[in-house]
Amino acid sequence: MTRFRLLRVLLALLLMVPAAASAQTLQDVLQRHAEEVADPGRRTVAPVIDDLVASGLSGVPSFLTAWSERSVVRRVEDGLFFVAREEAGGTLALLDIATGEPVAASVPGDAVESVRPNGGVQRVIGTALVQFQLSDPDITVRRQAVGALARALAPSQIAPLSASIEGETDPALKERKERLLSYLLARFGASPEARVAALDTLAGDLSVATRAVLNQILDTEFRVTAEAPEGPRVARVLVPGDDIARDAAYAALVEAGLAQAAPTPAEMKAALEASIVEGQVGGVPVAQLFTDEARARAYGALAEAGTVPPLVTEAQIDAALAAHTFFEEYAETDADVIAAAARALASTRTTVAVNQAADLGLDALSLASIYFLAAIGLAITFGVMGVINMAHGEFIMMGAYTGYVVQLFVPDYTLSLLIALPLAFAVTFGAGVAMERLVIRWLYHRPLETLLATFGISIMLQQLAKNIFGTQARPLTAPGWLDGSLVINDVVSISYIRIAIFVLALIFLAVLLYVLNRTRLGLEVRAVTQNPGMAASMGIDPDRINMLTFGLGSGIAGIAGVAIGLYAQVTSEMGQAYIVQSFMTVVVGGVGNVWGTLAGAGLIGLSQKGIEWLNPANTLAAQTYMILLVILFIQFRPRGIVALRGRAAEA
Amino acid sequence: MSALLEVSGVSVTFDGFRAINNLSIAIGEPELRAIIGPNGAGKTTFMDIVTGKTKPDAGRVTWGERSLSLLGMSESRIAREGIGRKFQKPTVFEAQTVRDNLAMALKNRRGPFDVLVWRERPDDTARIEEIADEIGLSAHLPRIAGELSHGQKQWLEIGMLLAQEPRLLLVDEPAAGMTPAERAHTTDLLKRAAETRAVVVVEHDMEFVRRLGCKVTVLHEGSVLAEGSIDHVAANRDVIDVYLGR
Amino acid sequence: MTATVTAPPPAHLRQGLIAQNPSILWFLAILAAFCFGVTFLAEATGTGALSTSMVKTLGKTLCLCLVALAMDVVWGYCGILSLGHMAFFGLGGYAIGMWLMYARTEIIVVQSLAEATLPPTAAEIRDGIATQIFGVVGGNEFPAVWAFAHSLPLQLAMVVLVPGLLALVFGWLAFRSRVTGVYLSILTQAMTLALSLYLFQNDSGLRGNNGLSGLQNIPGLAAMGQDVIAIAFFWASALALALGYLLFAWVVSGKMGSVIRAIRDDEARVRFLGYHVESYKLFVFTLTAVVSGIAGALYYPQAGIINPAELAPIASIYLAVWVAIGGRGRLYGAVIGAAVVSLLSSWFTGGGAPDVNLGFYTVQWTDWWLVLLGVSFVLVTLFAPKGLGGLIDLIAERRAPQRVGDYGPDRSALRREEGPPQGGEQ
Repeated sequence: MTRFRLLRVLLALLLMVPAAASAQTLQDVLQRHAEEVADPGRRTVAPVIDDLVASGLSGVPSFLTAWSERSVVRRVEDGLFFVAREEAGGTLALLDIATGEPVAASVPGDAVESVRPNGGVQRVIGTALVQFQLSDPDITVRRQAVGALARALAPSQIAPLSASIEGETDPALKERKERLLSYLLARFGASPEARVAALDTLAGDLSVATRAVLNQILDTEFRVTAEAPEGPRVARVLVPGDDIARDAAYAALVEAGLAQAAPTPAEMKAALEASIVEGQVGGVPVAQLFTDEARARAYGALAEAGTVPPLVTEAQIDAALAAHTFFEEYAETDADVIAAAARALASTRTTVAVNQAADLGLDALSLASIYFLAAIGLAITFGVMGVINMAHGEFIMMGAYTGYVVQLFVPDYTLSLLIALPLAFAVTFGAGVAMERLVIRWLYHRPLETLLATFGISIMLQQLAKNIFGTQARPLTAPGWLDGSLVINDVVSISYIRIAIFVLALIFLAVLLYVLNRTRLGLEVRAVTQNPGMAASMGIDPDRINMLTFGLGSGIAGIAGVAIGLYAQVTSEMGQAYIVQSFMTVVVGGVGNVWGTLAGAGLIGLSQKGIEWLNPANTLAAQTYMILLVILFIQFRPRGIVALRGRAAEA
Repeated sequence: MSALLEVSGVSVTFDGFRAINNLSIAIGEPELRAIIGPNGAGKTTFMDIVTGKTKPDAGRVTWGERSLSLLGMSESRIAREGIGRKFQKPTVFEAQTVRDNLAMALKNRRGPFDVLVWRERPDDTARIEEIADEIGLSAHLPRIAGELSHGQKQWLEIGMLLAQEPRLLLVDEPAAGMTPAERAHTTDLLKRAAETRAVVVVEHDMEFVRRLGCKVTVLHEGSVLAEGSIDHVAANRDVIDVYLGR
Repeated sequence: MTATVTAPPPAHLRQGLIAQNPSILWFLAILAAFCFGVTFLAEATGTGALSTSMVKTLGKTLCLCLVALAMDVVWGYCGILSLGHMAFFGLGGYAIGMWLMYARTEIIVVQSLAEATLPPTAAEIRDGIATQIFGVVGGNEFPAVWAFAHSLPLQLAMVVLVPGLLALVFGWLAFRSRVTGVYLSILTQAMTLALSLYLFQNDSGLRGNNGLSGLQNIPGLAAMGQDVIAIAFFWASALALALGYLLFAWVVSGKMGSVIRAIRDDEARVRFLGYHVESYKLFVFTLTAVVSGIAGALYYPQAGIINPAELAPIASIYLAVWVAIGGRGRLYGAVIGAAVVSLLSSWFTGGGAPDVNLGFYTVQWTDWWLVLLGVSFVLVTLFAPKGLGGLIDLIAERRAPQRVGDYGPDRSALRREEGPPQGGEQ
């Protein structure tokens, strides 16, 4: 019935222009149905709406809205309908029902009776309104209508929606409407064929809404029967003990009336406690009831006496479970639809898996860029000087705090970032050079002691930062253009900050490769790395090279600090979070080689994300396994991925 | 005579550079052998391969009557099989006494728990003193090895080799940096050692080799160029070209 | 020990271990005097001039000295800068803590269930204990790692086995791939980090970051006051330290000491002498890990609580700092370092040290102690590689010692010319 009425409505909509020519007013139509309008019921309201829509009058949508919002009143004296608006002083202003023009003011409340459609009527009115909104000239209204429709899919929406598609001018919205129509048809389509056809169009679509629709169609219900079920509606047979816990399975049997309830241990205990007679329960002294056997014996005696429900033994439970089949059954009854939905879902899952892999790849890439930025400075100092700088993490922290301090003075975030990057480099470069001159220079060829001395510096810097900036996290705010994410689809997205860090890492890679391979400084650095003695004899000052290298490594840490600070908290301990990962990156990648660090960062980033994906609930566990993986990796490539070989390595 | 050590068809490459190229050498027991060759001829790499420090890309290295393969054995296992090595630069444990150095090298069980419960017995003491006497360091036993002169360190290292009682001694440039008197002493030591075991000496110094008076193998670019008495190889055209002629 | 002392030594060694190393006697004498002094001043057994918490602090310090000894042997003598020994220490603490917590909770649960109408079954008691212990992490069942927690002897075996096996497996993996030098340090640090991150998880079975608590309440000794327990643990710690000192003195003297110091100085050369270097490193690494575990098992009942933060890499680095400041390569150096630095640390951070008013700024030591420690650590590394132990040299005017069997510091323990960072060969 509903469908036919709606068709008529549609026809009327299409014939809007000739209908308007019949020169009746809205008030006329309403008066024709005066009683139904004034006291609408769910059943009686439909013809009224049909008529209203059929009239094609321009005031119909606004009236329907007002009606639904309960602001329509009927004047007692003449029975005409108006829109009422409350005035100050408790009186009402009456507006014309079609035009909204004021008709009368200061009408007392008892001169009109209000029209109060109930919730059911409001829904019917709302559905009728949607068709107007779906074709509303204002695209915002259309979008809202589509959004409202998508939130609550209902069979009644099929007709207005499909009618509105043809006239839709906005391509994106049109596509959205078509997709929604597919959802509606898939779920509520008239025939299985129509539903299957709609389902086939959904295959491979990875949006959350599509997956929800498919899952709704494939909704299952847990059931238990004595005879083995067959047919397309059986989604899955559950084996007690494997797919479903024994207790739960038995409870399901009891609930279905297929087995006798087994008293739970708590019930047994309560029954025993309630049946203590002269220090005995069922002939067993209370003092002996500290084993399950004794309790079962006592309960058995009570059960035999008939005072408590009988005990159900494990064997009985097993027999009952074996005699029944537990399965999940599709709520959907049509086999073709089930098959089509399952097909569509499988294809969607494949697409989702592919896209998740892509998303994971992006995540891994951005993590790898962060590790690369954090580790490359360490790798340079380690590779060139054989020095492990335990304070490297604190240089990262210094860089981040530099960014924070700059933001205190320069409120423009873009500008402050542009100032902070070189300034962080300068500050940490200076700190690095100072540290090299004051401490590390005296400890060459004593790498273990360098490690400890730099650790001393590390705890000192951490505590100093705590003393200066306090223990609470300081914000380092990213400029507005770095807010948000690049959303590729419902599965794949990446935040702009991470893209920026990736770009920064690429720039660093390029700059470092240029400096090391194309400049005089790079040549000298490589010479000192490979053979310090020979380099010195050729007029290269290893002292100067060491100093510059250390400064460079530290300076890069500072810039990495600004980058990391943009998306992580700036605290005095932030360096510690990166130092071990950085070491791992250097160790895995191999020492003294930019490409090695890149490979190490890539491998660590990828495996960490991979492990997180396998065990998404627990990032701590992911880190644990990551480290174990690195320790195992060292077994196979003790010198890292990119290793120096031959005599140079053994020198 | 069956060879104690047989190296056959061994090659090794470092980053594209062929350090050893299809090298074959056999050493008998007892025998004194000198290996000479210009820098980069592969002398040290040869020793690295025999002692297990470097793994060759191809070839076989077999040892002893049962022709055990040395490839795949760890350095310490090879040492326990009876191959001792003296490095070019004297490597003694400079923080420890001469006596400790010798005691460590003494042929004894090498497991951690054997070492933990090890006590010096009178025959160990006698052996240490005998070796110290032989290398002329009897008076220096309680001294820290780091305080010895360069030549004394060389001798201490030879003494440690002797204490290991190896069947094959690989000695890398034993006479480098020694005074003529010290050289003579070293020559005697090596000759005496070679009476009961195999000794391979890698040397630069032709005079020293001549004094040893033994069979000489000339290496060049990782393979054997010539082999025979010192006079025989010294007359060899190829050898003169690549080595002596320069 | 007796065997070594009574075995007929050769001519130049006709002295026992102790006679040969007079510092052992000095050490034992000072330790004994210290113990009797503390006992005399403690609340339970003496005048009460020392509070019970102070006795506990001193007892804990003795445990820290023991783990520092282990660190000194593995680092100062064998050249392995392990950043994992505090993790072994913590594992020992966890092992004993599990029994302490289980047994004590059992007593409480049994008491509360005794009021019930029916006598409780074993399963009910066990469930009660599990709920008590794991309620805080949302669990009510015993994880598999608690399988032995009910038994003191088994859990005592765990104190030795868990750190020992971990060290054995990790050491085997690390040493066989010839990871040395700073690489090895970083790898041990990674191991420590992995372990502490694992323990931080709620589903690790060890109560996540809540750790184990209430360990100061010794089950079965409820009648005994904390003051008595404190002095008992103090003596136990002192005994462990004395035995540890003797054990390590024995290990690092004689040929074993010779070999491990030789490994520290030039492990490739030691290989060519026919020693299987990896076995020696593994032996030292595992032995010291076991001793660290024992030290931890004595420490945490005095501390009362253990949580994963105690195992974080930073703790192991501090351990290295103590040994370095005390003077590595000599056993008493490690003891001095651990005692002085840890006591100073609790004095400064506990607010014991008076603030210094500079006029424009007041130095509060709770804030500045770590800065001071960091700076002094750098200074010690740069200018006093012998550490505080070097002061003893000045007092004793030690000449170049008779090296045979001596285990005192040597030049290489302090200044070793090391090659490039990559140690092993492929």
